[in-house]
Amino acid sequence: MSHRDTFYDVISQRGVSRRDFLRFCTITATMLGLGPKGMATVAHAMETKPRIPVLWLHGLECTCCSESFLRSGHPMASEIITSMISLDYDDTIMAAAGDQAEEIVHDIIRDYRGEYILAIEGNIPLANDGMACIVAGRPFRHQFDEAAKHAKAIIAWGTCASSGCVQAARPNPTKATPVHKLVSHVPVINVPGCPPIAEVMTGVLSYILTYDRLPELDNQLRPKMFYSQRVHDKCYRRAHFDAGQFVESWDDEGARQGWCLYKMGCRGPTTYNACASMGWNEGTSFPIKSGHGCIGCSEEGYFDRGPFYERLPDMEQWGIESNADKIAVAGAAVLGGAIAVQTGATLMKRLITGKRLKDGDAPAAKEPENTGNQK
Amino acid sequence: MSQIITPNGFPLDNSGRRIAIDPVTRIEGHLRIEVNVDANNVIRNAVSVGTMWRGLEPILKGRDPRDAWAFVQRICGVCTGVHALASVRAVEDALGMTIPKNANTIRNIMHLTLFAHDHLVHFYHLHALDWVDIVSALSASPKATSELAQSISSWPNSSPGYFSDVQKKVKQMVGSGQLGPFRNGYWGHPAYKLPPEANLMAVAHYIEALNFQREIVKIQAVFGGKNPHPMWLVGGVPSAINVHGAGATGAINIERLNLVADIAERTLAFISQVYIPDLLAIASYYKDWFKLGDGLASRNLLSYGEFPTLANDDSNRSLMIPRGAILNGDLTQLHEVDLRDPNQIHEFVEHSWYSYPDEKAGLHPWEGKTDMTFRLGPKTRGGKDGERIEAFDEEDKYSYIKAPRWKGHAMEVGPLARMVIAYASGEKRVKELVDDTLKKLDLPLTALFSTMGRTAARGLEGLWAAEKLKEEIALLQADIKAGNTATANTEKWEPKTWPAEAKGVGYGEAPRGALGHWIRIKGGKIDNYQCVVPTTWNASPRDSAGNIGPYEASLLGVPMDDPKKPLEILRVIHSFDPCLACATHVIGPDGGLLTEAKIL
Repeated sequence: MSHRDTFYDVISQRGVSRRDFLRFCTITATMLGLGPKGMATVAHAMETKPRIPVLWLHGLECTCCSESFLRSGHPMASEIITSMISLDYDDTIMAAAGDQAEEIVHDIIRDYRGEYILAIEGNIPLANDGMACIVAGRPFRHQFDEAAKHAKAIIAWGTCASSGCVQAARPNPTKATPVHKLVSHVPVINVPGCPPIAEVMTGVLSYILTYDRLPELDNQLRPKMFYSQRVHDKCYRRAHFDAGQFVESWDDEGARQGWCLYKMGCRGPTTYNACASMGWNEGTSFPIKSGHGCIGCSEEGYFDRGPFYERLPDMEQWGIESNADKIAVAGAAVLGGAIAVQTGATLMKRLITGKRLKDGDAPAAKEPENTGNQK
Repeated sequence: MSQIITPNGFPLDNSGRRIAIDPVTRIEGHLRIEVNVDANNVIRNAVSVGTMWRGLEPILKGRDPRDAWAFVQRICGVCTGVHALASVRAVEDALGMTIPKNANTIRNIMHLTLFAHDHLVHFYHLHALDWVDIVSALSASPKATSELAQSISSWPNSSPGYFSDVQKKVKQMVGSGQLGPFRNGYWGHPAYKLPPEANLMAVAHYIEALNFQREIVKIQAVFGGKNPHPMWLVGGVPSAINVHGAGATGAINIERLNLVADIAERTLAFISQVYIPDLLAIASYYKDWFKLGDGLASRNLLSYGEFPTLANDDSNRSLMIPRGAILNGDLTQLHEVDLRDPNQIHEFVEHSWYSYPDEKAGLHPWEGKTDMTFRLGPKTRGGKDGERIEAFDEEDKYSYIKAPRWKGHAMEVGPLARMVIAYASGEKRVKELVDDTLKKLDLPLTALFSTMGRTAARGLEGLWAAEKLKEEIALLQADIKAGNTATANTEKWEPKTWPAEAKGVGYGEAPRGALGHWIRIKGGKIDNYQCVVPTTWNASPRDSAGNIGPYEASLLGVPMDDPKKPLEILRVIHSFDPCLACATHVIGPDGGLLTEAKIL
């Protein structure tokens, strides 16, 4: 550990030319929307920062987040895994198993205390003493708590880790609980979606590596850069909504014309995500483009806001300039769930200084009272 | 127990040293395997423990049946879509809905895409590191690697310079001390047999396949909007077709169809020029693994059948992969399988963390009952006062997986079962693929009943699926050309058209094997929902008669070089491609009350 290779060390020793490296930085900077000077910022970061260890643990989940991550086109997952981070633990792809796998968790916590990123896919079941998810002979809760305690930051991948998702829908039999309700003293970034868009996942990671800070978060701990506008705001079918042209029945003339799916239950008007602007699978499509309404998979409690084909009640026209925080004030009241509020500024400061927080700098440890998404 | 013989004929001896592998990695979900080895480190007892449980079925109760696909799709994000497909089939079956021909074809395209993708990713990213030694690749000559690659395939990325660049990548990772996902691997283990050149070639293709796999699933994104977890629809598919008129860019049009056709072409090229040659090359160095890990494969195989060529017809005259069961290795007789018959499929829970009023009896999924009952048997070692569990007690309850049985028999499901059943049914293309492969490797048909046999069958099925994918896309084009553009049938979309009570079955084959969803609908809402999934069959614990399931049976007799380094166990278990989120979500409608267990 005396010398830790930077991203540039790694790729230059591999024979990647300076020119190719700078081109990579330009692409990354463009993707992050950093403007003309962005390339130099990215290049500087890549040249000077060591590869940050990442522990990617799995609770109750379906692995769609890992699968989505592997779909990322820019940067590709292979580049991230071999060059940008050191993905030392991820049960889905790691070579080691059993004791050899467990040893890695212990070693990273010991050797990189306060320096590693903890990525959580899925959530933590609290019912039955946590025995609905057993890892290495102990409740997953134990592994999670140990790894969370010493992490530099926690990324909660997907709606499971962010707010609960399907196993936390009524009646939430395992008492599946999202990450932020069980963590104190360590910043949590929620990256919701079932799964999140691949390039949102890799974008969040590369943002943290590039700037050495967390992205600015909204009051649901979501990065504002990807989650502050509604799918409806950026939808290419929005003009049909405004013109009153709606699909009325599956495969009708409106469906064949690509008209608005609002009357078919589309959740685009209440869903904060980048699907309509970034698209899925490198921009190939997104649910509305395939002819099906959005089901709101990145929203807290979306499975309890059905039926999916029942149209939303008459909406107030908020306008695209409104942001998620303003709308979410109303949403939070409806949900009634405890939403942890941590300001992005505190988190950034902590990441930049690398210091651990004192008690009281962050919300106190919370034992959740509610059992998921119930109203 | 010390030494017993199970009713299905397997000798078990748990007197030797016990070892546990937890977590089993490079799978979906959470699985633990325990084995006892004898003085020669040969496995004499095996215990398969599903260690997660999500309880999705009670969540479904009372929901709109048309929404069910979205809930159950979240059972698994690896074999994404299979549960959605089984679900829309179950609802359509219950409500007597039919779907248009194009919807059937598009569903086949979606599902074949998954097969091609899932098998490729399994081979390179979940299974290859059991056979490929990354560190050994460092000592390979790029020139010799190039010669090897060019001798087995016409794939263009095969120059010495290409392999030299890959080797630099690997050297850098190993040299930096930050091995990432390759950290603590079993590198240098004597069970690794590939020469350095083959290792380097496989590592190069590991990276290429990782980069290419993201292309394949764009086909699902075209028709379903995204992958993982594309969109589905009861009564058809959501994507409307418009290739001629105004507004075509808002529907499936010529550009979308061209994109899909192009990806299918490249998928077939990758599988036939990279995956299959690599599979054959690797298998040729591990011929001993065509003898290890049989378990139930040479005896009992089950397939529900998949890929209907005729819309709304799930009989064997319609299915590309037939439905049926093989018992006691008799390939001359394909037994008829009926998912509705109350006397065929049953689930047992005597060794599972659920309880039945009569634990000796099995229940058909329509009558499924699953009260969660977590408890540790008296012979459990560890697990008290927060310490970790060292060994579960297999004489008591020990898994969140139920024990499904077909007419009382434990059955293996998956690509091997499908390929053998199709082969036994005389499916021409499957027969060609299997015979050709066995000939190339100079092996008899019985070699399929093994660890490497499963792995080979999966590869051949991947190739088969990529070929069929092209055919189905051509069929869709031809039907559109003939003027058929319907994609959904909405006659029974409105709940007011439904009967007061209904029940249905959604059959299917996931990449990992037979998948069934059983639904009951009452008053327009879901009254009961049960899934019996592939890994429930394969990872099954003992049943009340003491029969062991495929994982446990296949590990018996496998020799380990060093029980502390469980490479051999990973090989056997990975050959099944475990999916634990699928297997362990199961709970019945009465499962809302949890038994409080105080063990920590």
